[in-house]
Amino acid sequence: MAKIKPRVKVPKKADIGEIITIKTLISHPMESGQRKDKKTGETIPRNIVNSFTASFNGEPVFEAVVEPAVSANPYFEFQMRVPAAGEMAFKWIADDGEVYETSKKIKVG
Amino acid sequence: MTGSVSRRGALCIGMGAAAVVTLGRVTVAFASATDDAIAAFTGGADAKSGKIAVTAPEIAENGNTVPIEVAVDSAMDGDDMVEEVIILADGNPNPGVATFKFSPLSAEAAASTRVRLAQTQNIVAVAKMKDGTFYQDARSVKVTIGGCGG
Repeated sequence: MAKIKPRVKVPKKADIGEIITIKTLISHPMESGQRKDKKTGETIPRNIVNSFTASFNGEPVFEAVVEPAVSANPYFEFQMRVPAAGEMAFKWIADDGEVYETSKKIKVG
Repeated sequence: MTGSVSRRGALCIGMGAAAVVTLGRVTVAFASATDDAIAAFTGGADAKSGKIAVTAPEIAENGNTVPIEVAVDSAMDGDDMVEEVIILADGNPNPGVATFKFSPLSAEAAASTRVRLAQTQNIVAVAKMKDGTFYQDARSVKVTIGGCGG
């Protein structure tokens, strides 16, 4: 399987109170559990990213509970009002127990 | 039937090949699952229209990745706050798509993602406000090639 790699787009610098748009994408097959193996007829077990969370300096910003109906390579875009300089942390949890994390710093001024 | 099943047809068997034959009835069954999911989310409270808007393409050529956006008109301050938005697709084998949770740091209660749609159907979004009220919007999307879990 291709290596699962999260990608996020966060402005490096912002003003306090500025509204920034954050775009995130993780390469993940999002196996829905509905498909069958064409050769064996066996159902391919479900393996999706079931949870996505974004937090800033430990405070929650945005969370998504994800169902199999979200496309492969799940993409989320949302906004945040920058309260201060700090670090934005992103976390994806998959059905197979894998946790993918990344973070980005935001400077102020 | 297996002899002439197309590739996409084979993908769809997981959700029941019979669905093609009894599409009308199955759609009704899906729709009631959506109503059940809304009722479970609102706890039986009425979801008013207004405030929330679902943006989705009128026609999606590929049901595997359909870009959608939900936006709720809210100041995101004090009691005028959106806590959660549930997104449902009433024509999918399972209506649940995603639940977005917002916070005081969310400047706007708006988010977008990409979803799978098995067939032409409605995207339904219900917002739960901090004061306990619910708002609902739906948008229909015509799907040319379904994304049956594929």
